Amino acid sequence: MWKFFHQMASPPYFYRLAATLIPWFAIPGLILIAYGAYAGLFLVSMDYQQGDAFRIIYVHVPSAYLSMMAYMMMAVGGGIGLIWRLKLAHAVGAAAAPLGAAFTFLALVTGSIWGRPMWGTWWEWGDPRLTSELILLFLYFGYMALRSSIDDTAKADKASAVLALVGVVNVVIVHFSVEWWSSLHQGQTVFKKGTMDADMRIPLFAMLIGFSFVFGAMLLRRLRTEVLFRERRTRWVRELVLSPEGGK
Amino acid sequence: MDSSNLQQPGIFAGLLAIIRRDLLLAWKRPGDVLNPLFFFAMVCTLFPLAVGPSAEQLTFSGPGVLWVAALLSTLLSLNSLFMSDYEDGSLDQMLVSPQPLPVLALGKTIAHWLISGFPLVLISPLLAMTYRMPSAVMGILMLTLLLGTISLSLLGSIGAALTVGLHRGTALLSLLILPLAMPILLLGANTVSLAAANDVYGTGIWALGAYAIASISLAPYATAAALRISNE
Repeated sequence: MWKFFHQMASPPYFYRLAATLIPWFAIPGLILIAYGAYAGLFLVSMDYQQGDAFRIIYVHVPSAYLSMMAYMMMAVGGGIGLIWRLKLAHAVGAAAAPLGAAFTFLALVTGSIWGRPMWGTWWEWGDPRLTSELILLFLYFGYMALRSSIDDTAKADKASAVLALVGVVNVVIVHFSVEWWSSLHQGQTVFKKGTMDADMRIPLFAMLIGFSFVFGAMLLRRLRTEVLFRERRTRWVRELVLSPEGGK
Repeated sequence: MDSSNLQQPGIFAGLLAIIRRDLLLAWKRPGDVLNPLFFFAMVCTLFPLAVGPSAEQLTFSGPGVLWVAALLSTLLSLNSLFMSDYEDGSLDQMLVSPQPLPVLALGKTIAHWLISGFPLVLISPLLAMTYRMPSAVMGILMLTLLLGTISLSLLGSIGAALTVGLHRGTALLSLLILPLAMPILLLGANTVSLAAANDVYGTGIWALGAYAIASISLAPYATAAALRISNE
């Protein structure tokens, strides 16, 4: 068991393992997204209340889900890195942050586009989820800013891990306080949680799993570059770069 | 060497000593204490100038404006929390001292709150009066600011410890702390607004109190960890 973890954490081993894993994430992910997008856009019938506008959930919900997953990964990676001093776990945080911020942004943009026909406005402060998502985006910005302003990688890793852990406690508080706050102001914008038809739900699940797989592939790809950059002074990287395959 | 012969002051003595030291330092340089207060008062002055002096509007926006100003002024004073200790080497002494670092960090944060947060609570009714806040609500305003500034100082001490010794410290500190501080602002300002509207406002006060207690018990550990990381 422990041997497996030690092997996983060894940078050259991980570098090769990630390369073999990427297609296993990317190909099923892309197939699921292709199916989900086709089914979501063409096969599923119109919603009787929202018309065609509801179809944006097939992008919006997976993005919002991944925006939170990525933050959890940063915090868990940071925690593991601080406790067991695993450098690879810190690299996960560094690689996941920009991806998480991108999905948060995507969730905000799609939420806003959805809001236009639903609420008649691009932005509705009264919706608690939109507001928490915006605060989450700022948390990502803070994390990345702290990382980039510390030159020493080991120090940047630990400092940003502390920030991610403090932030993850706060995300829960943000969620509940924003919910309380919006309940004070109005109620009409919050959607009633209705039941979804099975033929509406299946493409959504396909998109959720597909997005997660593609996220995994992107994360592994970023992790490979991150590992390569961090290990740039070691012998195995030099040998890899000078080898006939040229770093494949 | 027999360590039992050494007179080792207790944790509480260490806490009091560092609070006394920081208060004395602030007493010798009163500008550091007064600047954030002036800033608070000035931000509160800017809003009526920008949105107009109509009484209705001022009563409506008063709680929010006072709270945003308090948040910004706390943020302004946080940057210097560990700065001078870092520059003159006292921070290294704290790191190697036998006293537990979280206690020292808590002491420094308590001193910071006594210098910046507490005076702000005391002058807030004066500014609230210019916003025509009813005197019954002022007690609520002071209570929320009291609990809120404690949490803000503690939360900010984590950010200050993470950014100590960095070149772009000030802007970075705001970027780190503002999203974390949003729940405090939201709870504080809305509780005062509810009280002003004669609505039920208890939830916010309890939540702010819970936040303050949680940050007193947890934040010093994060601050201590951050100080060690920044100084290795």
